[in-house]
Amino acid sequence: MAGSHRPTLAVWKFASCDGCQLSLLDCEDELLMLADRLEIAQFLEATSARVEGPYDISIVEGSITTAHDAERIREVRASSRVLITIGACATAGGIQALRNFGDVEDFTAIVYASPEYISTLASSTPISAHVPVDFELNGCPINKAQLLEVIAAHLAGRRPHVRAHSVCVECKRRGTVCVTVAHGTPCLGPVTHAGCGAICPAYNRGCYGCYGPMEAPNTSSLSARMSELGSGEADIVRIYRTFTADAGPFRQASERAAAGERAAGEGAGERGT
Amino acid sequence: MSGAGEGGERTRVIRTDYLARVEGEGAMYVKLDGREVTDVKLRIYEPPRFFEALLRGRAFTEAPDITARICGICPVAYQMSSVRAMEDACGVAIDSGPLRDLRRLLYCGEWIESHSLHVYMLHAPDFLGYAGAVEMARDHREIVEQGLQMKKAGNALMAAVGGREVHPINVRVGGFYRAPAPGELRALHDPLERALETALATVRWTATLPFPDVERAPELVALSEPGAYPIDRGAIRSDGGLEIPPAAFDEHFVEEHVEHSNALHARLRERGTYLTGPLARYALASQELRPLAAEAALAAGLGAVCRNPFQSIVVRAVELVQACDEALAIIDSYEQPEAPAVEVIPRRAVGHGATEAPRGLLYHRYEIDEDGTILDARIVPPTSQNQLAIEQDLRTVVEGGLDLPEDQLKLRCEQAIRNHDPCISCATHFLTLTLDRG
Repeated sequence: MAGSHRPTLAVWKFASCDGCQLSLLDCEDELLMLADRLEIAQFLEATSARVEGPYDISIVEGSITTAHDAERIREVRASSRVLITIGACATAGGIQALRNFGDVEDFTAIVYASPEYISTLASSTPISAHVPVDFELNGCPINKAQLLEVIAAHLAGRRPHVRAHSVCVECKRRGTVCVTVAHGTPCLGPVTHAGCGAICPAYNRGCYGCYGPMEAPNTSSLSARMSELGSGEADIVRIYRTFTADAGPFRQASERAAAGERAAGEGAGERGT
Repeated sequence: MSGAGEGGERTRVIRTDYLARVEGEGAMYVKLDGREVTDVKLRIYEPPRFFEALLRGRAFTEAPDITARICGICPVAYQMSSVRAMEDACGVAIDSGPLRDLRRLLYCGEWIESHSLHVYMLHAPDFLGYAGAVEMARDHREIVEQGLQMKKAGNALMAAVGGREVHPINVRVGGFYRAPAPGELRALHDPLERALETALATVRWTATLPFPDVERAPELVALSEPGAYPIDRGAIRSDGGLEIPPAAFDEHFVEEHVEHSNALHARLRERGTYLTGPLARYALASQELRPLAAEAALAAGLGAVCRNPFQSIVVRAVELVQACDEALAIIDSYEQPEAPAVEVIPRRAVGHGATEAPRGLLYHRYEIDEDGTILDARIVPPTSQNQLAIEQDLRTVVEGGLDLPEDQLKLRCEQAIRNHDPCISCATHFLTLTLDRG
């Protein structure tokens, strides 16, 4: 694949921290090789050179939080043969999706003295809520080796090898002593999508779920275990509500815990009267 | 995307809708009446993400993980300012010993990673006339490769101490979840030695780049601590005579919300515009540089103060030498602490934390409840502090470049912004450049 026949790659940013697209620049050993194989047609963080679409592969970081961005992602989709979303913001709405559980007007007034200058949607939503997505790569941030694998797979026209099991399995493979079993530390490893390499337990802390829910996780069982180990309902709500708070199974698990918290509060209130 | 020379005889518009090689999304607007610049706006229209609001009700222990997500380029800065603020609230100070050394070591990793990225991939292409580092690599592959290898050494340091490069997982209020074993750090010695050599070469190389002759006058503000180059703690000082503890930030600085930006603009209450970042740190603390970095700065022709923002690339290179050299010193003398963290017991209080992100001063303030629940949070990132100074730089560049060809003036304007390594993700994000000659 030489000269003008190289496939084109475009990188797009929506509401995010830039960390996932930085992962591409963090591929220090592979970046220039990648640039030999692909024509980087649009990647604002790296270059002011731009080539008009359509693009063979578009990589999208960030969530949709404004009406303008909801329109822009449709244009990106229309000009892309393959659209890959990367990171918790693009695949689940990100930490900014915590607004989906509250009142966005209250949020704006807390941060900005003149909230009338701010234009934002009431929710933060993943790209897949707006346009069809060909592949979603989880993580906050993504794993750069997985990103390279996904790009390589699409270049080769095969399915990416991205494991769908839990962080728990990665921990066993790594030989890390279970932090929950050994120390009673709350850990989302049993319900969280693999990909990070189970870093947190290797550093003596529980997984905080930044790769989002795995397929069909048993959150009820995990929440019950966390309760037995002494976590209160409010703690359980918080542990599910971080970087992928609005991803289905985590949202449901946090809502169940929040309902339990309310019921307990009402019960206490009744006893008090 | 640009449209040059739109409008009538006295009316010219230069636009760049998508400013590249900055972190995040923003726009710029310059209005000219004849030869007079009547308005300059750096618009930041990155969508707001409301961190200060969503921190309310969270546990004080969650602040380092949550605030890291403000910026993927400088997550350690957010983690460090937040843990210092929480420890301050709880009456704990980690001002010396191996835990502080580990924090500085992690922070050195972020400086190396972020400065390498900026020097080689975001800033140098401006001086050499390339659209980006990949284009630059076609003619200067060795230069780009050496920059990437230095960046890789910074990332390896962050991964060893922090668990991973972007959004490290090992930082907690009180210290770390696990202190690295000496062997884990020793493995970094050789790559850091090579990075140090590259950093020294980078100072020599950047000093030869062509710089426009510009002197800028904003007050320079940086942390200051006797005996250390400012990274992780210190008083807030300026070359205008300011010297205050971080707790007095609000008495001297004010943030304003202006219509054209999703970031808040900060200024000194008494004197207005100020600048934080490498030029400020260097001006206020060059006497604290380690000998290797000081010698490199001298050989590169930097005086005790550098007020030319275009030369910030040389100052960043000097700070790369400083960070590599200090990281090596910490690694070589490292002894694993007995405990990876000190106990921090919450109490109802307000805490302040200020540290030096690669691009400037980052201030956090939290009010927490007796059980550690966050009641209120305030975060003042470097780019919103530098925004007025950047706008003034733009004004100066346009005024001094009215006779330049349109495309050169546009490029000079973009460069004036990139000189300050703005992190618009931090300030909220996207630079579009609109130059309206009305």
